[in-house]
Amino acid sequence: MDKIMPASWKVSTKPHLFCPGCGHGIVMRHLGNVIDEMKIQRDVTLGIDIGCSLLSWNLFNVDTIQTHHGRTTPTMVGYKQVKEDRIAIAYMGDGGGYAIGLQSMVHAAYRNNPITVIVVNNENYAMTGGQASPTSPVGMVTPTSPSGKSAEFGTGFHAPEMIAGIADKNAFIARGTVTNPIQMAALIKKAIECQKGGNFAMIEILAMCPTNWKTSAKQSFEMLKEMEALYPQGEFKTGKPETEQK
Amino acid sequence: MTEAKELLTGNEAIVRGCVDAGAKIMFGYPITPSCEILNGWILQADASKGKTKYLQTEDEIAAGFGVLGAVLAGEKSFTASAGPGHILMQDPMAMAENLRLPFVGIMMQRGGPSTGTVNFSQQEVNLAAFGGNGDGMRIVYSASTVAEIYELVIKAFDTAWKYRFPTTVLGDGYLGKMKTTVTLKKPLNPVKSTPILKELKDSTNLRNCYSTEESLGEVLAKNISDWNIARYKIAESESYKTADAKTLIIAHGLVASAAKGAVDMMRKDKKKVGIFRPITLHPFDTRALISALDGVKKVVIVESSLNQLSRLVKYELAGMKLDISEVAKPAQGFTPEEIINRLEEING
Repeated sequence: MDKIMPASWKVSTKPHLFCPGCGHGIVMRHLGNVIDEMKIQRDVTLGIDIGCSLLSWNLFNVDTIQTHHGRTTPTMVGYKQVKEDRIAIAYMGDGGGYAIGLQSMVHAAYRNNPITVIVVNNENYAMTGGQASPTSPVGMVTPTSPSGKSAEFGTGFHAPEMIAGIADKNAFIARGTVTNPIQMAALIKKAIECQKGGNFAMIEILAMCPTNWKTSAKQSFEMLKEMEALYPQGEFKTGKPETEQK
Repeated sequence: MTEAKELLTGNEAIVRGCVDAGAKIMFGYPITPSCEILNGWILQADASKGKTKYLQTEDEIAAGFGVLGAVLAGEKSFTASAGPGHILMQDPMAMAENLRLPFVGIMMQRGGPSTGTVNFSQQEVNLAAFGGNGDGMRIVYSASTVAEIYELVIKAFDTAWKYRFPTTVLGDGYLGKMKTTVTLKKPLNPVKSTPILKELKDSTNLRNCYSTEESLGEVLAKNISDWNIARYKIAESESYKTADAKTLIIAHGLVASAAKGAVDMMRKDKKKVGIFRPITLHPFDTRALISALDGVKKVVIVESSLNQLSRLVKYELAGMKLDISEVAKPAQGFTPEEIINRLEEING
């Protein structure tokens, strides 16, 4: 078991509750590996948003609070204000991060609150049945865009690029994808190190949602490839390594 | 220990109450008539050399969830707001109600609905007690003087941390901004806060989302059971000159102060009038009210909202044969003279 499951996962709550093929499981696996590698299991407090994210409320054997939709960022900001030595990770989807909770994320970045925000972008509101989200691409058919998302509702919300514009110079802002797990794990690690250095970090991870995309395994990867073309991966703000911090 | 007399506004007394209760951090967004609480807290925090902290947030929702984050970390935390801000606070307050988090909010009522006025009302009683998508496992205090709001703020932290229900102290714009001479009595043993996310080897994993009716039902049954035990310990009231009263005024907050003045004036004319003043609007001190009603012929409920207090009272007294009149003046205040006039009209 140890070889396939991160030590920081809670064995008693497995198998996890995400759908087969869901990108969340991949992100969680690598977040677990990073927590193990950095030996921070006892130092992390995890905040979990509403949406499919909430299915991970008891996935880790780390202190976890599942909050309201879009409210994980301000909850973790408040937590970190009085627990300066803890590592606060806010985990959410693109709806929680970029629609209902955007205001809080922008201001956390602007104030440079030392937390790590992980946004899993699967281009839809998955828990409620796949409605269009700010990141849904033009043409995407969803219950709220039955004839394909019109460009008049936005052509795909590029949040890390936007937040990089307002974030502190020492913040870490990046985008990865589940098809590049080595890069994703490296970004998660940098995002945690950035927080440890006293700065705001936010990473978006592109992920597939076969259930709501109504795609086979092969089609899921094809659609993710289109998504990766729309949302470029990389570091928009590189932060500072811990050693350079005060 | 002797306490000195001081000249303070209600909002200044609130800040002092939060400090003396051991609050560590305030999260807030400016809104009239509560601004001086945020301003005053920040002033003392800056002078505290890191002993107390603050965060001016992007909105009241973030302020409320900031409070929840801080209490999860084990520190006494609070926010202050009013009217439209109090509406936005319902989001975090609902989470606090589900997860039994010791949220403390000080709400300085202003006229509503909507932006209304910034002055005064008693229209946030329903919101404070029942504003969430639940059944109102919430503690609501209503202060009627500057000295009392100091004491109730301290009590709110104690009650919230002891019983773990979200707790609101209601004031209003006049109470917040009036300046008066007070003697503040410092608390001797404030209830201690403890971490809720415990940082143990076996993690604490908390959720407010359940997948079956039964699993949520179990949580609610526990909360309701705890509430039904705690409510009698929490409920508080003042009965003033009620022993021989034939007419009983029921009023809370600043209106009760005016009504008390009216009672004193009417007593000089040998009128047998008394007042029952709920200090907690929720839970309601029903036992004390029933004993205050002994010998009463006429009940007059006076308030600056359209019967929000009256509905609470009538629910508690259901089945009792009482002659009740309602004097409702939403978002407007009362003078003692006006209350006397209204009582004379009612009594004929």
